[in-house]
Amino acid sequence: MRPDDRKYLDSHEWAKLEGDLIVVGITDFAVEELSNGNEGDLVYCDLPEVGREIDQGETFGEIESVKAVSDLNAPVGGEIVEVNSDMMEHLETLAEDPWKKGWLIKIKPTDPSMDHLLGAEAYEQQITADH
Amino acid sequence: MTDADLKQTDLHEVHVSSGAKMVPFGGWSMPVQYASILDEARRVREHVGLFDLGHMGRIEVTGPDATRFLDSVVTSFVGKIPIGAIRYGLVCAEDGGPLDDLLLYRSSDEDVFVVANASNCATVLAWLNDHVGAHDVTITDRSAELAMLALQGPKSQDALQPLVEGKDLGEVGYYKFTFATVCGIPNVRISRTGYTGEDGFELYFPCAESVRVWNALIEAGAEHGLAPIGLGARDTLRLEAGMPLYGHEIDREHNPVEAGLNFGISFKEEKGDWIGRAALAAVKESPKRKLVGITTEGKRVPREGYLLFDGDREVGHICSGAVSPTLNTNIGSAYLPVELAVAGQTIDMDIRGKRQQCVVCDLPFYSRTRK
Repeated sequence: MRPDDRKYLDSHEWAKLEGDLIVVGITDFAVEELSNGNEGDLVYCDLPEVGREIDQGETFGEIESVKAVSDLNAPVGGEIVEVNSDMMEHLETLAEDPWKKGWLIKIKPTDPSMDHLLGAEAYEQQITADH
Repeated sequence: MTDADLKQTDLHEVHVSSGAKMVPFGGWSMPVQYASILDEARRVREHVGLFDLGHMGRIEVTGPDATRFLDSVVTSFVGKIPIGAIRYGLVCAEDGGPLDDLLLYRSSDEDVFVVANASNCATVLAWLNDHVGAHDVTITDRSAELAMLALQGPKSQDALQPLVEGKDLGEVGYYKFTFATVCGIPNVRISRTGYTGEDGFELYFPCAESVRVWNALIEAGAEHGLAPIGLGARDTLRLEAGMPLYGHEIDREHNPVEAGLNFGISFKEEKGDWIGRAALAAVKESPKRKLVGITTEGKRVPREGYLLFDGDREVGHICSGAVSPTLNTNIGSAYLPVELAVAGQTIDMDIRGKRQQCVVCDLPFYSRTRK
């Protein structure tokens, strides 16, 4: 079971409310799909500039492995107030700790509601159904 | 096509239990990787890797007119292949567009063994049968009954030799083949061929023996650093070695002349006419584009379909791309107008809306003999 202190997108991003910000990352499942368990196969991560306004569902970045590129999608709309820029040079962190150290961006949401996102159980069911 | 429709080789369970990630490829479920794609590619360059190629098409053309018939439908000069040797060739339509590329093993004038791509095997079989005409030949699809394994890498001979009875593999030259007893199986076809740019062998034997031979190779090869290698690393290795993949560098719209495959095309009078000859002769006179390599120092990997620009002008697209562990850079292949297809030329690649500079180079990126 994935952490139930946060919500999920079916495109494998997670969103966690911390104070008045929403922290966004990707799940261990996404990392596994991209790298097949070999963090050396992750080659690139493109994250946005601080200050950018994004809409819910909009692509805010890209992550690339030896074999594929994936879009990173915003779980909520708002302003990007912080970016984990260390990540771009240390993609292995994503494999080591996708839930905490591997966070990607922090959004100051226009609407902090995350009711449209999946709970941990629903996300779990979805990835089981897909594979 | 759903996963249930995919064909499986006799080694499917072995791959799955080895932890391979299986993907659809040419109508088959095949291992794309067992471990890291980059590590697998390095292993083949430095040691030896084992590949399951049971998905490939294997076709026997036999009978009094076998050679003459093939010379009328393939690009290479089959009648001039020495007995016991292998040549690369293509089957093309009248317009010179290839239906597939092949390896042709000539045992005699009356016996040629043809290896086709998995995805095109049915097309090639139908095309050959449609063009037999008055030739006295028998065309037999052996794909379902033969296993095909490849050992690739500098330690290939060391890994394979202990399993071979009564034959010194050192006597089998590059692009030559022989028959020998392997793991007690008589008449195994062994060729010094491959699709990685390394020394190595390809083996053909009855499917029922697949698991036993695979396991014997894994065991015998262990001391030489042998491990199974998936299609992901195979694609990287063949691209580094400048070898085309049907559906990427060549297809019905991309002819072998512009792909730089002239070594596999014979315009000699003695070969006689063949399907596509006139069209390809015309392309040879005035090619419009050329297949080249591109390298980029950016972190982003060239991917199939990315567009290429000379300033604002769209000039081509990426056919295949990869992270190259051998060159330690990112590489791709692309057709460019001949005036831009010059080593050292810079062009821009559009990566999902962002430009990254690339440099044109000649193929191959890597040659083990020309370092």
